[in-house]
Amino acid sequence: MRTKIAKIFLLGALASATVSSFAIDITGAGASFPAPVYSKWAEAYQKQTGNKVNYASIGSSGGIKQIREKTVDFGATDAPLKGDALDKDGMVQFPAIIGGVVAVVNLPGFKPGELKLDGETLANIFNGDINNWNAAQIAAVNPGKKLPDQAITVVTRSDGSGTTAVFTDYLTKANKRWADSIGSGAIVKWPALSTVGGKGNEGVSANVSRVKGSIGYVEYAYAKLNKMTTLQLKNLDGKFVSPSLDSFKAAAAGANWSSTPGMGISMTNQPGANSWPIAAASFILMYKDPANKEKSSEAIKFFEWAFKNGASTAVELEYVPLPANVTDYIAKNVWSNIAK
Amino acid sequence: MKSSPDASKGIKLTAEVAKMMKFQRFQDYFFHKITLFFASLVLVILAGILISLVINAWPALREFGPGFFFSTEWDVVGEKFGGLTAIYGTLITSILALIIAIPVSFGIAVFLTEICPNWLKRPLGTAVELLAAVPSIIYGMFGLFVFAPIFSSHIQPFLTDTVGQIPFLGVLFRGPANGIGLLCAALILAFMVIPFITSVMRDVFEIVPPVLKESAYGIGCTTWEVVTRIVLPYTRAGVVGGVMLGLGRALGETMAVTFVIGNAHRITPSFFAPGSSIASTLANEFGEAEPGLHYSSLFALGLTLFIITFIVLALAKWMLANMERAQGTKN
Repeated sequence: MRTKIAKIFLLGALASATVSSFAIDITGAGASFPAPVYSKWAEAYQKQTGNKVNYASIGSSGGIKQIREKTVDFGATDAPLKGDALDKDGMVQFPAIIGGVVAVVNLPGFKPGELKLDGETLANIFNGDINNWNAAQIAAVNPGKKLPDQAITVVTRSDGSGTTAVFTDYLTKANKRWADSIGSGAIVKWPALSTVGGKGNEGVSANVSRVKGSIGYVEYAYAKLNKMTTLQLKNLDGKFVSPSLDSFKAAAAGANWSSTPGMGISMTNQPGANSWPIAAASFILMYKDPANKEKSSEAIKFFEWAFKNGASTAVELEYVPLPANVTDYIAKNVWSNIAK
Repeated sequence: MKSSPDASKGIKLTAEVAKMMKFQRFQDYFFHKITLFFASLVLVILAGILISLVINAWPALREFGPGFFFSTEWDVVGEKFGGLTAIYGTLITSILALIIAIPVSFGIAVFLTEICPNWLKRPLGTAVELLAAVPSIIYGMFGLFVFAPIFSSHIQPFLTDTVGQIPFLGVLFRGPANGIGLLCAALILAFMVIPFITSVMRDVFEIVPPVLKESAYGIGCTTWEVVTRIVLPYTRAGVVGGVMLGLGRALGETMAVTFVIGNAHRITPSFFAPGSSIASTLANEFGEAEPGLHYSSLFALGLTLFIITFIVLALAKWMLANMERAQGTKN
C-alpha cells in the first residue's frame, strides 16, 4: 500500500516537472493605453513559441505599483518614471509602442473628424467653463457648422491613468490657466461639474458611447475599435489634423530618445505640419536585477520578438511601431543592463 | 451491538463498555473544543480586521482629524482627502434603495403568503430566490447596459417633468439625464436588495401560526387588518432582521454601484448627478494607491464603512428591543 502511494507521488512529481518545462508564463500589468496591441502580440507570440504572456490592463499607476511590489514580471506605464525614481527602484525603462490620445464625443449627426477644436477650447471644456455644445467658443472654431443645444458631460478616468497624464500634459502646454490651476498627472482634480469617471480606457469609451453630448479622451485604438466620433485638433503649427497613423508618426519623428534618462520623453504638442498634438509613447518597466531571471529574460525575448515581428499588428491597430534605430538603441543600452 | 449499561440496575461495567464510554467522553470533549475554536475564529477575524483597519487608517486620521469626515476634498496630487463625498454617496444610495425596496418587498411577501393562488406560489417563490442568488456584477452589467439607457430616455425626463417641478424638493430630481448617477445606483441597489428582504419576510410570514390568522379572519378582519395587526407584530424581529440584511448588502455593494454611480468626487444637490460611494472609491483607487496619505485615507474610508455597518446593526437591535418592550407593556 505504501509503495503504491509512493509510486503515484513520484509519477505525479515527474509529470508536473516535465509539463512545467514546456511553456514559460510571464505576467505584465499596467497601462490600458497599449493593452490592445500587447494582447494581440501576446496571442501571436503564444502561437509561435508556446509561451504565454498575461497582460492585465489596470492603469499606469497600477502597473507601477505592481512592478514595485514584484508581483509581475514587467510593468507598463504611459507616464514615464523619472531617472532618479528609476535608480531608486533599480529599474530600467524603455518605450514599447507609440500611439495617440484622441478626444471622442457623443454627438449624433457628426461624423468622425467633422468637429474641430483647439487646445484652448478643449481645456475650457474640461475645466467646466464651456458647458453647452452651442457655446460661442466652439462655434468660432467650427464656422458654418450647426451645433446642437446639448449640455456637455465631461468623461474622465476614475483610476490612475497614464492616458490622463498624457492628455493633461497636452492641456498644460496648450492652456496657461490649466497649467497654473490643475496641472498634469495620472490623477488630477477635474473641475467640471458634470464630470463622470470611467475605469480604464474601456470605461471611458463605454460612458461616452452611452451619454449623449459627452466628451472624453481615449487611446486611438479604442476610438477606432468602437467606431466613435473623433475630433480634429489644432497642432502647434496651427493646422487642424485628424488622428491617424501618419499624424502620430509625424509627431514621433523628431523624438530625441537619449535626451532623458529612462527614455521618458514627452511627445505632446510636437512641431510639424501633420503632427498629432497628443501623441505618446508607452513604456515598460523591468528590474535591473530581477528576482526571477528566467522570467525576466523571457519577457525581453517577448519584446524582442514583438519589435521584429509585431509591426504589422501594431499598424493595423493604428499604433506606430518603434523605428529600427530606437529598437537597436534599446537592445544595446537598456536590455544590456538587465541581469540575465 | 452491545446492550447499553443500565446504571440504575447496578450492572457492573465490563472492560469494553468502559472503553467505549471513555472514547465517547473524548469525542464530546474534542467536539466541544473544535466548535469553540471555530466560534472564536470569528471573533479573532473580526478583531483582526478592525485592528488592521485602524492601524492603516491612523496616519490619515491623525493628519486630518475629525474634519476628514466632513470634508469633500479628494485631491490625490495635493494630498488632501475628505470622506464626506463617499459617505454621502453610500448613505444616500442605500437609504433610497431601502425606501423603494421595503414597500415592494412587503407587497411581494404579503402576496406570496396571503393572496397568491397555490399553483403560483412555488414558481414565484423560486423566482425570488433565484434573483437573490444572482451575482452582483451581473446586476452591474444589467444596470449599465440595459437599465441606464431606459432610465435616461424615459424615467429621468418623466421625473424631471413631474417631481422635479415641486418648489423645494424638485431640485433633487432635476439635472442632465445621462442615465448614471446616485438615483440610478439606488435603483439598481433596490433591485438587488428586494429579493433578500422578500425572502426573509416571506419565511417569517409563513411561520405565523395559522390559528392566529384564522381567528382574526373568523371575527371578520380584512386581509389588510390581519397583516398589519396579527402577522407584522408577530414577525417584527424577522422583518427588522431582513431589512437590516438588505441594508447591509446595499451599504457594501461594490461592482454594481461602481458601474453606474459615475465616480465623481463632489456632492451635488440633485440625485441625477454622478457621485461616489465608499465601495466605489475603494474599487477604483485602491489598486494603485501608494503607501502614504492616499493609501491610509482609503483605509479610513473602509473603517468608516465598518463603523456605519456596526451602527446600523446596533440601531436594529435597539429598535427591536424597543418594540418588544412596547409590546410587553401593551400586553
